[in-house]
Amino acid sequence: MERIRNFSIIAHIDHGKSTLADRLIQYTGMVEERNFQDQILDNMDIERERGITIKSQAITLPYRAQDGKDYILNLIDTPGHVDFSYEVSRALASCEGVLLLIDAAQGVQAQTIANLYLAMENNLEIIPVINKIDLPTADIDRVMEQIDAELGLDPYAHIKCSAKEGIGIEDILEAIVQRIPPPQGNPEAPLAGLIFDAHYDSYRGTVIHCRQFDGMVQPGDIIRFFFNKAAYKVEEVGHFSLKREKSDRLAAGEVGYIIAGVKTVSDVRIGDTITLDHRPCAKPLPGFKEAKPVVFSSIYPISSEDYEDLTVGLEKYKLNDAALIYQKDSSVALGQGFRCGFLGLLHLEIVQERLEREYDLSIILSVPSVRYRFTFKDEQILYIDNPAHYPGPVSIARSEEPYIKAKMIMPEKYLGAVMKLCKDRRGLDSKINYLGPGRIELIFEMPLAEVIYDFYDRFKSLTQGYGSFDYELGDYRESNLVLIDILVNGEKVDALSQIVHRDHARARALQACERLKEEIPRQVFKVAIQGAIGGEIISRTTISPFRKDVTAKCYGGDITRKRKLLEKQKKGKKRMKMIGSVSIPQSAFLAVLKTDAD
Amino acid sequence: MNLRTPDSCSGKVPGLYIHIPFCRTKCPYCAFYSETDLSFIPDFLRALFKEMDMARNQFDRFDTVYIGGGTPSVFTSYQIEEIVKRIRHNFALASPAEITLEANPADINISFLERLRDTGVNRLNLGIQSFDRKTLIFLGRRHSSAQAVSAIEISRKAGFTNLGFDLIYGVPGQDMKAWLDTLSRGVAFAPEHLSCYQLTVEANTPLITRYQKGELPFLPEGLQYDFFIKTSEQLEDARYTHYEVSNFSRGIKYASRHNQKYWNHTPYLGLGPSAHSFSGNRRWWNHRNLEDYINELSLKNAPIQAAETLSPKQLRLEALFLALRTSAGVHLKDFSEKFQYDLLLEKGETLARLQEEGHITIRDGILYPTRSGLAIADSLALI
Ligand SMILES: Nc1nc2c(ncn2[C@@H]2O[C@H](COP(=O)(O)OP(=O)(O)OP(=O)(O)O)[C@@H](O)[C@H]2O)c(=O)[nH]1
Ligand code: SF4
Ligand SMILES: [Mg+2]
Repeated sequence: MERIRNFSIIAHIDHGKSTLADRLIQYTGMVEERNFQDQILDNMDIERERGITIKSQAITLPYRAQDGKDYILNLIDTPGHVDFSYEVSRALASCEGVLLLIDAAQGVQAQTIANLYLAMENNLEIIPVINKIDLPTADIDRVMEQIDAELGLDPYAHIKCSAKEGIGIEDILEAIVQRIPPPQGNPEAPLAGLIFDAHYDSYRGTVIHCRQFDGMVQPGDIIRFFFNKAAYKVEEVGHFSLKREKSDRLAAGEVGYIIAGVKTVSDVRIGDTITLDHRPCAKPLPGFKEAKPVVFSSIYPISSEDYEDLTVGLEKYKLNDAALIYQKDSSVALGQGFRCGFLGLLHLEIVQERLEREYDLSIILSVPSVRYRFTFKDEQILYIDNPAHYPGPVSIARSEEPYIKAKMIMPEKYLGAVMKLCKDRRGLDSKINYLGPGRIELIFEMPLAEVIYDFYDRFKSLTQGYGSFDYELGDYRESNLVLIDILVNGEKVDALSQIVHRDHARARALQACERLKEEIPRQVFKVAIQGAIGGEIISRTTISPFRKDVTAKCYGGDITRKRKLLEKQKKGKKRMKMIGSVSIPQSAFLAVLKTDAD
Repeated sequence: MNLRTPDSCSGKVPGLYIHIPFCRTKCPYCAFYSETDLSFIPDFLRALFKEMDMARNQFDRFDTVYIGGGTPSVFTSYQIEEIVKRIRHNFALASPAEITLEANPADINISFLERLRDTGVNRLNLGIQSFDRKTLIFLGRRHSSAQAVSAIEISRKAGFTNLGFDLIYGVPGQDMKAWLDTLSRGVAFAPEHLSCYQLTVEANTPLITRYQKGELPFLPEGLQYDFFIKTSEQLEDARYTHYEVSNFSRGIKYASRHNQKYWNHTPYLGLGPSAHSFSGNRRWWNHRNLEDYINELSLKNAPIQAAETLSPKQLRLEALFLALRTSAGVHLKDFSEKFQYDLLLEKGETLARLQEEGHITIRDGILYPTRSGLAIADSLALI
């Protein structure tokens, strides 16, 4: 155990975590050069396409240090985007230390600070690493000042590196060995392993990712899940190499996986403790704080026949995305589905895409919403995150919506534009902190609903990508809220409803109609889209039908070609939800929240 | 003949198609397979006859023969006579059989046509395309409108009482007036059949390159619709029946029996390069290349490039989209029995809406596309 080091790489998005992981993996010779690819730990297609890490990913590296001894390094690469911070916080529970990466050109950003706090909460050893020193715009002195002033860490304790050029890699490995303490734990004590992640493998079933704190587990053992006492026989244990690598046992201090033929997927709970059935540990490990969803939306199968598949798919998916929270739900327009809570809009998008890709599901998501609080005249309080359940104004004594404290770090020159954006979005009580020459931190209190309403994209484009944005949830505040309904050919589509501030209602209803007009393809008959507030129609658009689409020839017996064309179109249509006789594409539901400014 | 139910109009007797893969020159818009090197004709004919020989037992009997292409009229009347003879030798033809030949107005003279009639060709389809000089030039046609007029006259003189014209609209530079002018000139000759195609921009043609380079404007959808509707109106006023998206005939009697087989899943045998065949739930097609075609046959192999077996769903989609392109429409009960799919039950709401909008009518258990419905037949099939 003396020779094990468990650590995560944490940073703001794009500061080079996965690239540094690449260099560490290569240095330790874990992968043959010809099999190497950049950001090798980003092994999901969706990560590679978007160039960001979505899942924390563990890998075990052997390392012979300068002291001549062999060490086992358990590295966890984590995502930088705020929507995946639950991945970071869970990874940290398995570690004794972190590499806190800071981009030498961008300096400290919102998630640098947020992730540092997470590491501190877990009492981890923190090694600041200044990355991308090869960049011409690198400003190491300034970053050192920030490490001192903004992070409160010893600025001289940092290591300089370029993950891209492979500079400073050995220094980092040595620092890991020397500065991060080995795990503690008693191999003789009863087994206590923390489930920090899992995934569903179509051949092997549920694969549990865990960190052993005490004791030892090996194939043949009967393990028990602490929370429901379900017991299973261990089939295989092992470590994470680039693939799973079988081993004889997993001992205290180690990070690895367990396959135990878990039949009931829901027996596996992320954060639960695994122990031995015949010799259980006295109490469970602390586990994790529940993920706190901030954005809600319902998922429906496009074809109602696929509801069962969706149920099974979601359960399996949830193993690998502990931040997703869901429960049964149903919609008048869209049928049976699930109400889901997400950590943000990007999280929502990723869940949608992964469900479709990994579980081959065709789904629709309703317009995202935050969670509102309504107090009725009889003092009863109701939290509502689904606009379809809006109780109606008559019975409500008080409407409240969640506020956030938004923190934006950016070059000073964008201040004016961003201030205006925040004020347009009902921002209050702004504060400006000068972080250093030309760099400011702007703090605003804002309704969370405004942030999910296309705020992030607008902010990024206003700051030309140089701004970073983060927020903390604040309190609920009273607000004048109304419900906007959308009617498609006279039929209310509850999944398109939104709760909005009265002052914005008219504009939002208009915008929703316009966006839907762009998203819904022309059909064989006219489609009327109406926006209504409290039953009163306040906006309308129509999508004119197309009148001619038939191609002239179907001739000479080559019917096949024409059929293939139609089959292709038909497949496209399958991805749309039929509401009455109108086909509405997936994209329409999310587009309602997009502004068309710029 | 009862044209109401799609299956009964031809009694399911198969049709025979012969693809003549030669043209004197290639028209820039055309995607049909043909070669311009006529020196291959003898080799082709040998191969074709071998193919007939090999295919002779596949079907019992045909009641239509369609010699198309390409341009069959590049052949001499003797060569055509030989083809028809070989057909009769190898296959049983019902009598009377509809035997159609496609011809280019520039190719034909009275003696050629008289010999054709003698061999039994009883339906002549002339590739006129337009009576307007500029349009003919744009289309790269090698005949003039005067040649078209004289071709029509001699066809009648040679005794063809079932005469069809192909015309094209939606050609860049051609406005509605110019098109209607061509159309009425065509109608003035009182042909038994008219095919009016909208110019389609096909892949791998010189025409598409011009569009891709931005040299030519695409016809706006509104205009496409206007051309389509006007054509239908004018011809129906002139007592033609609009029996398929692009096809009109003087009463249903003169509808192309052969082409209807394609549209109602009647079996057909296609011979010659690129020709398609269909039977039951299988479709297969020949090499789209004269050399491959000739080589395969000289090795005594069937010149088939590929084949497919249609799933019930594919058959259903085809049956639906093909029927919706024709005035025969969809016989709902037959359709539901044949494909285990009750359109009224599955798509009732949409169909009601389409009726309201005037795109379809449902009468006596048959779903008919209206004129405006024919214009969107592809989408109707995707409801
Ligand atoms: N110039 C330079 N570019 C680097 C360096 N390290 C990483 N990059 C680049 O920075 C970009 C982001 O790198 P990643 O390793 O994907 O960043 P990340 O921190 O893993 O990002 P997320 O996982 O999405 O939070 C890529 O284009 C890298 O090539 C470096 O040392 N120098
Ligand atoms: S349109 Fe007719 S003549 Fe012109 S290339 Fe095509 S087949 Fe030959
Ligand atoms: Mg990464």
